[in-house]
Parts: sequence; C-alpha cells; structure tokens
Amino acid sequence: MAVNFRHDVERVLEEAKEQKKPVILDFSAAPM
Amino acid sequence: MWPDERVSTFVAENFIPARVHVKDDAADFQKYGALYSAQWTPTVLALDSAGIERHRLEGFLPADDFLAQLILGRARIAFQEQKWEDAAKLFRRVYEELPDTDTAPEALYWTGVTRYKDTGDATALKETARAFTSRYKDTTWAKKASIWA
Repeated sequence: MAVNFRHDVERVLEEAKEQKKPVILDFSAAPM
Repeated sequence: MWPDERVSTFVAENFIPARVHVKDDAADFQKYGALYSAQWTPTVLALDSAGIERHRLEGFLPADDFLAQLILGRARIAFQEQKWEDAAKLFRRVYEELPDTDTAPEALYWTGVTRYKDTGDATALKETARAFTSRYKDTTWAKKASIWA
C-alpha cells in the first residue's frame, strides 16, 4: 500500500483543522 | 522509507499525508519551505491539527528507523495535546517494537516524562532512570535521565 500523498497543502491544512487530524508534510526531491 | 507497508499503514491511520516536491510543486515547495524553514530534502514534518510543527526529520533513514521517527512524532503530538495515555502508548511502541533504532532511547525517556505528567508521581522518573541502567546506557537520553535516579 503506497502512501496517498496530497499536493494541495493549503486544503490539507484546512482539513486537518476541521478533522482535528495531524499532518505529515514531506519536502521531497525524489523522482515521482 | 515510504514504500514500507508498516510506514504506509501507520501514516494512513494517523495523519493526512501531504508532499511538496522541489520541482513538480516548485511554488509550494518555496512557500512552505519558507514557512517551515525546510531547506533540505528529504525533510519530513509532523504537524499537529493546527499546522504547528511538533517533530522534524531531515535526511534519509532505513524503514525501521523512519517508522520509529514517525511514531515518535505522533507521540509528541499526543503529548502536546496532553493525551497522556495515547502518548505513552506510542512512546512505548517505539522501544517495544523497534528496540534497536536510535529513536528507542528517546522514546523510553519520554515515556517516563509522560507518566510523570499524567500522574504527578516522581516514581515514574526514577523507574525510567533505573531502566536506563540496563539498556541504552551509552546514549544522551540515559545521561538526561540520570538526574532522576
């Protein structure tokens, strides 16, 4: 199972507040 | 790091995962890199639900060590929220399931702190200091706990 990363960070941060759920934010240079 | 199934499962159960890629998300990489002072890749941040950084990992780690760091990050968030039982459970998980990782002694230290914060009983700190006499003796965390003996 791959991690389903999202790239809409602003929306993720909004949802985190709404859902009271933590966020993992990955700054990456790995090939996509 | 990320393809490990234990990692992906833990992330799915505990976080909303987001990524900014240095090339493919260049504008957001610059924006959030400045916001969170992330100047190197990989940098992985555990943010609480308010978007406040609670734990940081810079650089690659093998899967066991990476998973230990993720669990520690989630535990630190529970700690900040004063959810002592949740935090203690997560800290314990690090040194019980991943005892050979560099993160394990840090987790043992914070288990003691969490138990003390929860109960106000300094015995928790003394027991933690004692635990460091039989494991992880040569670590910074053993030195930090030694004051509790």
